[in-house]
Formats: sequence, structure tokens, C-alpha cells
Amino acid sequence: MIRFIEDCDPTAFEMLKLLYPHSGNAFIIGITGSPGAGKSTLIDALILEFRKLDIKVAVIAVDPTSPISGGAILGDRLRMQRHATDEKVFIRSMASRGQKGGLSRATKDAAVVLDAMGYEIIIIETVGAGQGEFDITSLAHSIGIVNIPGTGDGIQTVKAGILETGDVFIVNKSDKPDADELVHHLIMMINMRKASKTNWTAKVLKTIARDGTGVKELADTFLSHFDFMKKNGLIDRKRKELEHLYFHSLLKDLTLEKLLLFMKDSEDCKKAEKKIRSRELDPLSAAELMVNKMTVFQSNNKET
Amino acid sequence: METTNKIRVLIAKPGLDGHDKGAKIVALALRDAGMEVIYSGLHQTLDQIIQTATEESVDVIGLSIMSGAHLPISEKLIDMMREKGLADIRLVVGGVIPHQDIPKLKEMGVAEMFPGGTSFEDIITSINNLFE
Repeated sequence: MIRFIEDCDPTAFEMLKLLYPHSGNAFIIGITGSPGAGKSTLIDALILEFRKLDIKVAVIAVDPTSPISGGAILGDRLRMQRHATDEKVFIRSMASRGQKGGLSRATKDAAVVLDAMGYEIIIIETVGAGQGEFDITSLAHSIGIVNIPGTGDGIQTVKAGILETGDVFIVNKSDKPDADELVHHLIMMINMRKASKTNWTAKVLKTIARDGTGVKELADTFLSHFDFMKKNGLIDRKRKELEHLYFHSLLKDLTLEKLLLFMKDSEDCKKAEKKIRSRELDPLSAAELMVNKMTVFQSNNKET
Repeated sequence: METTNKIRVLIAKPGLDGHDKGAKIVALALRDAGMEVIYSGLHQTLDQIIQTATEESVDVIGLSIMSGAHLPISEKLIDMMREKGLADIRLVVGGVIPHQDIPKLKEMGVAEMFPGGTSFEDIITSINNLFE
């Protein structure tokens, strides 16, 4: 099923429509951070903690697609193989297939499937990137950001970007020098945030994923964030918000696909291409001309 | 919608031998050929391989075996694949494979054999051919 989604197989869309009403129960955790920060190893240790509580866990691990060959090596799972035969753990690797923001579009759909399958916690691991990875905020209920000591001074923590969105900050490899300094900077950054709407104060935790130090506390923190959201009705609000985003991104994708399909084969498009080749027309004017010519937009213009 | 079908390959090393350089290099070559490679690492049990192949919905399982146990491992895995309804996944085996064993593997149902010395080009072409 997830395979159909990745391949944009039309049957996937129909199947998703059937599954969607059964989703909406899982707690979705997003884990992001720079390459080599230890995201996969940390998730491996987190699975272990959640399994101790008999929670069914699914992981979607996204790795980059090569922009050159279109291929990918999906190696996140390598760190989690000890859970491979646990029937209550489902791990799926996905290639980003050229989507920006570190998450493939299929990730959301895959999360719907796993949610409908009854996995209670879904962990989404983004490609190792960092500052620009906003997509995860439109997918997950709780965002964990994995940091490692020695990667920059305090100013890195106050720059804009993904750090603004974190609910839980993890200082991994905290046995390395400067871990405390990083913790300090992160706490300072959190204190400087405007009082957030949700009133959940982001937490900072030290972990050593390799030996599991601090991971129990991390699992507890995610669970208490979930509890907090449930108690305040925030989780419903969040789910509605994400649903709204999902609808709009689908709307955008479907419209674009249909329109492009229609335009690409049109006579106008062929003419425009020819004119661009012969230098009669520049690409900017040509694109503008074509869009303006479309009847949908013309009727819109009249109304306004 | 435009479909974007890519060949997904699971590369796994069953058993006890610890030589994974070959498996990694092959993984890289397949990536460069535009495939999606799930690299599951060393010391995989057959149960792990089966479960991983299911969760990852792969088209191909590639085993790298240097221990000499390619015959019993392949036989067992193929049995398990049939049992679990994974019979449409193709199994390919590389590593230290003596030439006299190739017909035996073929008979078992191994789709392709890549003994040491097979070129990347041959590996890629053979895998692509499985899906044409």
C-alpha cells in the first residue's frame, strides 16, 4: 500500500479515501536534526522504551534521493534492525524523491495508512538537514530536534528556522565536550520565545543514544506532551489544523497536476515553446501569457 | 497522476561473516543506477530479512554471502518467502559463490547469481532485466 503511494499509483488515492476515516488516533512525533546527529539511533532507543509500555510503534524514516541518479540508499533502518521481527513495530524507509523540505509528499499519506492500521505512536524521521525543515511541522503533533555539542555558538540557537518549532530539544552525544553549554543556549532560546499559544514549555534533554542514557526520560517527555495536549483539547485543535493543511496541499497538487497536464499538450504551449526557441518571446512573458489566457482565470478577473 | 516506479532493493547480509564492503559498494552502484536501496546491515537472521522485505515492500532481495552457506540460506529463504506470500519478490545472491553451485541456486528459484568478479554493469543490467 505504501508502495502504491510512493509510486503515485492511482489506486493508492482510492484506498487512502477508504482508510482516512479510520485514522486520527495516533500520536505523531517528528524527529529532525543535522546528519549524523544520531536521529536513527535515538529512535531505535525510543522504540525500545515505548515497547516496554506495550505501545505499538511505527517509524517512517526518510533519506535523500540522489539528485543525480534518482536512486537512494536508505540506511536509517540499519540502526533499528533489532526491532525488525517485533510484530508491533513497523519500520518503513522512504526516499525523499526530490521533494524539498526533507519529507516526501508520500510521508503524510503513509502516516495515514499506519494510523489507520492502529499504530499508537508514529515517529517520522526527516532527512538530516536542519534549518529549513518546516514540512515536519505540518505532519507531526510533537517535534523533537536532535542537536549535538560542538556545532556552533549561541547565535545558532537564536536564528530563525526549525528551532522555533521544537517541542522537545535533545542534546545527543551529551558525553562530548560542550554539551552543557549547548543545553544552556537552548534553554536561553526557549526562555526568549514569546509565550507560546499552547503554553507547553519546550523541554531540553540530554541523551546518549548509543547506550540509551536519558532515552527513558525522552520517551516520558513525549508522552507527557501528548497528555498535556489531550487535557487541553490541543490535540484536537492540532489535528484539525493539520487536516486543513493536508486539504490545501492536496488541492494544490491536484490542481497543478490537472492544469499542467492540460496545458502541456495544448497548442498554445507548443506555439509558446517554438517562439521561445526562436527568441521571439522570453520564457517569462510566455508563461504569463499562457496563464492569463486560461478561462478559469479570466472569469475570476471579471468578478474582481 | 504520473507514476514514478522505482526498483526497491533490500541488501542484507545473513549469517556470521562480517565482510560488508562488497554489499555496501553494490548498494552504492545500484543507487547510482537510480534504484532505492534499503541497506539493513550485517548479521541478519532470515526472519529479519523477511520482515524487512515485507515492511519495505521491495522488489528484490539481494543477499551478500561470503561464508559458503549460500545453498542452505537461499533454500530456506525461498521457502519462507513462499510461505509468507512474498513469492513475487526476486532473490539475487552475490559473494563467494563457486561456479558449480550456480545451477543449483537457479533450480531453487534464485533469480540471479553474482559471484565475485561480476561487473556492476552486469549486476545492474540483470536486475533491470528482471522487471522488463
